[in-house]
Amino acid sequence: MELINIAIKSAFMENMVLAFFLGMCSFLAVSKTVKTAIGLGLAVIFVLGITMPINWLINHYLLSENGIFGMDLTFLRFILFIAVIASMVQLVEMVVEKVSPALYNSLGIFLPLITVNCAIMGGSLFMISREYNLSESVAYGLGGGFGWFLAIVAFAAIREKMAYSNVPAPLRGLGIAFILTGLMGLAFMSLAGINL
Amino acid sequence: MADKEKTPLFGPKEKRLLWDPINDNNPVTVQILGVCSALAVTSLVYKSVVMAIAVIFVVAFSNLITSLVRNYIPSQVRMIAQLVIIATLVTIVELTLKAANYAIYKELSVFIGLIITNCIVMGRLEAFAMGNSPWRSFLDGIGNGLGYGVILIIVGIIRELFGKGTLFAGSPIQLNIIGKSNDLVQYWIDTSPGSMMAWYSNNGLLALPVSSLFLIGIIIWIQRGRNKKLVDVS
Repeated sequence: MELINIAIKSAFMENMVLAFFLGMCSFLAVSKTVKTAIGLGLAVIFVLGITMPINWLINHYLLSENGIFGMDLTFLRFILFIAVIASMVQLVEMVVEKVSPALYNSLGIFLPLITVNCAIMGGSLFMISREYNLSESVAYGLGGGFGWFLAIVAFAAIREKMAYSNVPAPLRGLGIAFILTGLMGLAFMSLAGINL
Repeated sequence: MADKEKTPLFGPKEKRLLWDPINDNNPVTVQILGVCSALAVTSLVYKSVVMAIAVIFVVAFSNLITSLVRNYIPSQVRMIAQLVIIATLVTIVELTLKAANYAIYKELSVFIGLIITNCIVMGRLEAFAMGNSPWRSFLDGIGNGLGYGVILIIVGIIRELFGKGTLFAGSPIQLNIIGKSNDLVQYWIDTSPGSMMAWYSNNGLLALPVSSLFLIGIIIWIQRGRNKKLVDVS
């Protein structure tokens, strides 16, 4: 039950995009149509779900004081985490390309983008600072990824509708996208009070 | 090489490298890079300044180092090579900050680590440092870091002044601008009941992180209104 609570909390109350603004770059860049947004969202769920437990294991068994090396190596955390994320993304890309070319064609171009998606790195860093255990960090990763997916799909749907509205010229595109995200963030804040 | 000797070390071209990202080619408002951290750390000016300095350092030096080793990086592994350079620099920043000022380190928490995935850094490495000389890449890094810093500090000033009534809170030079004076704190503009400014109260919305989205949206509006070249035609 605890795990479900963590997943729900990370998806809604502490949504990565709308409460912490993680992964805003790709959120704004790849949300012009719902279809591409779904592809990127799925890829993020997938990569978050894989990298969180791996990074947890690395942090716990390699870097911590009572790990294999027996000394505090936490200053290596950033380098190892980003290396894990980059190589995992590469691996996922290769596997998907071999196993399902159809999925690769719809998802493939977004995979390299995910390496520099702050949500992935941010997820791992939040996991450390909140001291989750292994199963909790998997729940946090999947829940956070789902929240990210939800936010980008909703945002892309709004942007598709926005194409028909008459926005002042200087505000068109990026400007209105920022303000829309702000409004969505305000809406999501209403969930923040719920205590699970 | 002979051509290079003739060009001045700091000519008009180099000046453009520094000035363009601050104005017409701003990384945050025009290129949409590095938005994540721009939003989360701007609640206080002091935090924004520290973050801006950290990003300027990381972008400038990762540009310089990448540009120095760019001919030795095979293109298949360039992303990992770049990430290792960035991660090393960010670790230096993190450890320095932790030693120098633990309070602000705690405040910024994960956002120092997130400089690694800040798209400005990767974006500049890919777009500029992989194809330009070290000195020019270094200047480009400083320019882009400054462009990012300027937006961060503008948003920080607006959010802190109208959301909290102070400026540089938490730093040694805290200024109490507007608010209810009491025995402990004196504000320059007093809004306690009975005074002339009693109608004023701080805007709670600006204390929330979402307000930075609105503020950046408005900055983009103003910038594109003044410069028609930047208007999105699609």
